Amino acid sequence: MSTPEANRGYLEENTLRSWLLTRDHKRIGLLYLFSILVFFAIAAVAAGLIRLELLSPRGELIRPEMYNRLFTLHGVLMVWFFLIPSIPSVLGNFILPLMLGARDLAFPRLNLLSWYLFIVGGLLAVWAILGGGVDTGWTFYTPYSTTYANGQVVTMVAGIFVAGFSSILTGLNFIVTTHKLRAPGLTWFRLPIFVWSLYSTSVILVLATPVLAMVLTLVAIERLWGVGIFDPALGGDPILFQHLFWFYSHPAVYVMILPGMGVVSELIPCFARKRLFGYPFVAGASVAIAVFGFLVWGHHMFVSSQSPYAGMVFSFLSYIVAIPSAIKVFNWTATLYKGSIALDTPMLYALGFIGLFTVGGLTGLFLAALAVDVHVTHTYFVVAHFHYIMVGGMVLAFMGGLHYWWPKITGRMYPEQLGRLAAIVTFIGFNLTFFPQFVLGYLGMPRRYSMYPQEFQFYHVLSTAGASILGVGYIMPVFYFIWSLKRGVHAGPNPWSATGLEWTTPSPPPVENFETPPVVTEGPYNYPQPAAPPPVPPPGTSGE
Amino acid sequence: MFPIWPEQAATGARDVDNIVIALVLMALFFIFAVAGPILYFSFKYRRSNPVNRFQSGRRTWPIEIVWTVIPLVIAIGFFTVAASTYFRQRHPPADAMEIHVIGKQWMWKIQHPQGKREINELHLPEGAPVKLLMTSQDVIHSFYIPAFRVKQDVLPGRYTSMWMVPNKPGVYHLFCTQYCGTGHAQMSGKVVVLSKADYQKWLTSGDQSESPVMEGARLFRQFGCSGCHAGSRVVRAPDLAGLYGSVVPLEGGKTTVADEQYLRDSILLPNSQIVAGYEPVMPSFQGRISEDQLMALIAYLKSLGADGGGGSNQTLSYSDERGTIPKPEDTPRGGMK
Amino acid sequence: MNEEPSPTERHFENAEQQRDVATLGMWIFIATEVLFFGVLFMAYTFVRWESPVTVAAASRHLELGLGAINTAVLLTSSFVMTLGIFFNDRGRRRLAAWLLVVTALMGMFFLAIKTTEYVHVINEGHFPGTRFQYEHFHPETANPMPSGIVGALGTQGESHPQEIPSVSELFFWLYFVMTGLHGLHVVIGVVLLLVIAVMLRRPGGASRNTVHNAGLYWHFVDVVWIFLFPLLYLACHWKF
Repeated sequence: MSTPEANRGYLEENTLRSWLLTRDHKRIGLLYLFSILVFFAIAAVAAGLIRLELLSPRGELIRPEMYNRLFTLHGVLMVWFFLIPSIPSVLGNFILPLMLGARDLAFPRLNLLSWYLFIVGGLLAVWAILGGGVDTGWTFYTPYSTTYANGQVVTMVAGIFVAGFSSILTGLNFIVTTHKLRAPGLTWFRLPIFVWSLYSTSVILVLATPVLAMVLTLVAIERLWGVGIFDPALGGDPILFQHLFWFYSHPAVYVMILPGMGVVSELIPCFARKRLFGYPFVAGASVAIAVFGFLVWGHHMFVSSQSPYAGMVFSFLSYIVAIPSAIKVFNWTATLYKGSIALDTPMLYALGFIGLFTVGGLTGLFLAALAVDVHVTHTYFVVAHFHYIMVGGMVLAFMGGLHYWWPKITGRMYPEQLGRLAAIVTFIGFNLTFFPQFVLGYLGMPRRYSMYPQEFQFYHVLSTAGASILGVGYIMPVFYFIWSLKRGVHAGPNPWSATGLEWTTPSPPPVENFETPPVVTEGPYNYPQPAAPPPVPPPGTSGE
Repeated sequence: MFPIWPEQAATGARDVDNIVIALVLMALFFIFAVAGPILYFSFKYRRSNPVNRFQSGRRTWPIEIVWTVIPLVIAIGFFTVAASTYFRQRHPPADAMEIHVIGKQWMWKIQHPQGKREINELHLPEGAPVKLLMTSQDVIHSFYIPAFRVKQDVLPGRYTSMWMVPNKPGVYHLFCTQYCGTGHAQMSGKVVVLSKADYQKWLTSGDQSESPVMEGARLFRQFGCSGCHAGSRVVRAPDLAGLYGSVVPLEGGKTTVADEQYLRDSILLPNSQIVAGYEPVMPSFQGRISEDQLMALIAYLKSLGADGGGGSNQTLSYSDERGTIPKPEDTPRGGMK
Repeated sequence: MNEEPSPTERHFENAEQQRDVATLGMWIFIATEVLFFGVLFMAYTFVRWESPVTVAAASRHLELGLGAINTAVLLTSSFVMTLGIFFNDRGRRRLAAWLLVVTALMGMFFLAIKTTEYVHVINEGHFPGTRFQYEHFHPETANPMPSGIVGALGTQGESHPQEIPSVSELFFWLYFVMTGLHGLHVVIGVVLLLVIAVMLRRPGGASRNTVHNAGLYWHFVDVVWIFLFPLLYLACHWKF
């Protein structure tokens, strides 16, 4: 049923209109890629300025009012305008229909609307920044954000609200696509883990994001009209805000790691040329993380005056939610056993992910321990913990996935040696930036401080030095990816000899993805396994 | 040159550090258990290495069970130890000295029971349990003493508390650790732990002010509370002697414990909880009384014993008209939020 | 049966797949709306738990009669909608179109009554904000101060027994936000129904599935009201 138009490469028609009015999931993925990188750059510059300010204990490179706006900007943009859309809206949009053997997502026009909503939300956020900024922190705790803060809180909150609907529609699209548009023969337990991860992520997006949207609306209403439920002076309760906010924001952090785990589950089997160990357990763990992730939000509130009994329940559940992640880590490691391992760039990122995510996850167990959390919450320990997961985990997975699927997306290979170098530089820079922050946090350095006691300076200097190295690791791919578009080696349909439906179609794919719709007859990661070696003759017999 | 571990200056610090050291060891074990094989397999099974890779098709679920159950057991172990330590952290001893803390943008106002006030500094005696009763005048702050391993958010409209037993004289950091606006990073101070003798000397030196209890007694008269609560013939108001800590029966059948929050709410929102058998005629003092004054009044009310006698500054006399509040001897001691 | 299905989109295998996709999409969308409204229901629960007496008293000031009429209107409109789906399924597209129009008209009637209610509440001084006037609740509120009391007390006339004025204002805030958000959804539903009614007049305009999904949306809007009505209007009849 495919026409000549449908079989052209998806990149061929190159007018502005064909991009801005596209319904092709592949183009929409690229539109998202470009947009999130812009927000990442702004937020990264803010981080750079923060780290510069923190080089000296009491120096004032940046005034406190500005500093407070910078860390708020960094958090808001990184969370809502980079991390949450990153893998789902870029790699998920591009790859999910291909992995399912479908021609597009279930609702292509809704997909384009998602991108436009994202852009509108982003523009509102930028307008808030340019119009004076916001200094509440990305968490908008009340009554500071509703009654005391000066700044563009309402505009910023409106931007996040609109971007939230972008996420909700993307999640809805992915769920319906996964249920209804799978190729014939592609049963649930033949799906690649990336699909399971995107599905679990989408369930969280669809159920949690509306809560955020409403909470932020209530903050805006309270701020605009002076009536509301979050300010004690008005008869409200600031803890109610925290419960409602974290009810969304905790599942949101699983949105910010599950897709990364999905990518790693694709990379490890491919670069070890071996079936994923424990597939049903890894798939089940993805779903378990999404479900349990909704039950632990109170672990952000152990010192908030929440009841200690509630604290104990949340602490217990927080330990439980760590188990599925541990299961995944062990399964990935076991996949390597007796594999045939190639340390190409995507694999370096995947292995880096496993190491850094494990550190980040283990430090989560410190935070889940009630008595310990009392000491380290609200300090740099928490900052280090979540950066290990979000940067050491999710960003590394995003980079790995981008490198892995780059030939499919563009039809070109990136330069492998530079890729490996950037991965190593990123790994080193990352650890130097964030490991000292664990020590700083335990020593007592609070979050969101622009000045600090002299004795903490050593660690801050290490951290800032690391940040500059990390920056180099981030910038290198920008250059060589752009270079590869013109000068990279042309890639065939399957440069990695990987399994998966996306590798059965040309690179870059035609507009309707598959010239003939695929039919699936086997499970995922069906790499050929080596045969048994010939039996060794017992000693003493004549060899023959 | 640079510290690696914070000082332990209170009795609870060691427990917390012990749990952390155990967590670090557990974490190191798992990091090596994961990184070790990764590095080893990446080397031994690198693609260019012609080593035997044959695997017979063994079932995998036994090992899945093992590496699910072992982490689960370890997790529950850590949960239990940390939760019980936390439980102790939440229950101060009954004889703890109570110090009032009011956080506001961007300073800490502290008052000792004897009356001495300080700003951004907290002097404490070594070896004695201290309970901080805290509230905020504006936004949420958080009171953090790293050397004691204690932290508690400080909220507007609510009282929160934490307790500690400093056990090492010295000067330690005090930080506000919940973002509260422009001056958040400046809202730090010092905790000065002195020997008991030095603490007494410090208390009686420098600027003196009224103790909270005395100030509260004065405010009790100044705001007109004594007009109804100390035996009026016109208005029948509940007797406040021994009220703190008792169980109060309310209109409508419910009961509540008269803790600091109840006392505060009774002054600011008197009609929200009417005592059983009384008329709702008490006026509200919302907007007319500051947080400092509220704390002083509450300190005064807490000092009123069941027999109407309390501290040496008891000047009220009570009529025989009593309400139906049960005597404190036969009521359970109130808890703390 | 002169059923003329709308053309299948190019990325679907067949019309049945397209129908399944649209229906699942609508159900998931409804799930997101439940979570969206859920926050307001949580806020209501919190306010009512903390101050049941104030909530009951404030609720007494809503127009129960108008609310009841609205409930009847909306429930009936759901029935009319179902009739429309029933007839459309049997190919009676013109009749179905008219039934959808009637449903939309009932929705508009609902909105008109709502507007009347809002105007009434605002005129009584119960719109939350700086113009909120608690005293209108209880003009008889008098608080006899014992003579001889000296102090920094100002006005007479404090709150009614066990009521907290700021919470009264909060109740009305919840009333406006919850019914306002619901009303917005009714407006969207009305527009949706009118558009589909027009589409039904043309051959190949709207498929059976589209009408089914519009029905799902309308019923959802109805269900939300079924929860809102007792919580807001009948709170005063809670026995405590």
